[in-house]
Amino acid sequence: MKIGIVVFPGSNCELDTQHVLKNLLGQDVIMLWHEQRDLEGSDVVILPGGFSYGDYLRTGAIARFSPIMESVIEFAAKGKPLIGICNGFQILLECGLLPGALVTNGSLKFISDNVIIRVETESSIYTSKYEKSQLLKMPIAHIGGSFFADDDTLEEIESDGRVAFRYCDAKGNANSKSNPNASLGNIAGIYNKEGNVLGLMPHPERASESLLGSTDGLGLFESLISFN
Amino acid sequence: MIRAEVIVTLKDGILDPQGKTITGALGGIGIEGIKEIGTGKYFHLRFNTNNLEKARSSTEAVCEKLLSNPVIEKYTYKIIEE
Repeated sequence: MKIGIVVFPGSNCELDTQHVLKNLLGQDVIMLWHEQRDLEGSDVVILPGGFSYGDYLRTGAIARFSPIMESVIEFAAKGKPLIGICNGFQILLECGLLPGALVTNGSLKFISDNVIIRVETESSIYTSKYEKSQLLKMPIAHIGGSFFADDDTLEEIESDGRVAFRYCDAKGNANSKSNPNASLGNIAGIYNKEGNVLGLMPHPERASESLLGSTDGLGLFESLISFN
Repeated sequence: MIRAEVIVTLKDGILDPQGKTITGALGGIGIEGIKEIGTGKYFHLRFNTNNLEKARSSTEAVCEKLLSNPVIEKYTYKIIEE
């Protein structure tokens, strides 16, 4: 499987993501510079974490107009798998591939911490290697990760079962105490309507080796590989 | 010459943590009478056209497409002739 990782000026998780997919999972990984339009035959596209364009204006607001994004939007429209991690999630929201927005954390602080998230779906191409309600330990590292959507949009996301992951405590309770950034509904990740686009704030690529404290993120990439 | 000034603010009901924090500082500096302070972003635009209508439509387009995120923000602008 060929996985394309898009690199924007200010991306900083592209090598971590490449390491996991290439060295740990043996996949063919290519880097795609944001100024190109050709996705070079990628079967999967990943928008990695970082601070594209220095987070100027709003997170992801400028990256969404990079030349490559037109091709990425077409790619997603064909039902191909597209993941946005952290800043990548912010870009997917800005370009309208996912609904809602990410706003400044309720605490106003940059949070760099391990959190627990709960798998909300079992049938998704990204979570087939997990059990429903399985708890995963993954790091978050962001200041603008508080998920927001208007009431109608939020209801639609919930009733369609499009919440991928929710922040929760060690017992699996998702409530205000286990919500690190004041996201609505403790939402940590969502799918688009068709289920081929996933955006999430936690970093599965930083939770794929026991040396780093957790291997819980590996299942997401393994699910994706087994689907393809 | 014409120019434009754009102000982008959060929509009602969206938490403005910066505004809340600034408001919280009021008590400690002895300024009275202010109930709340909210924050926003200011942009100034210069045009390479003297056509007011064109400037107006370009301003609205850039507000919609780039300067604001309609999910969480609203904008106001004024065109100024000098």
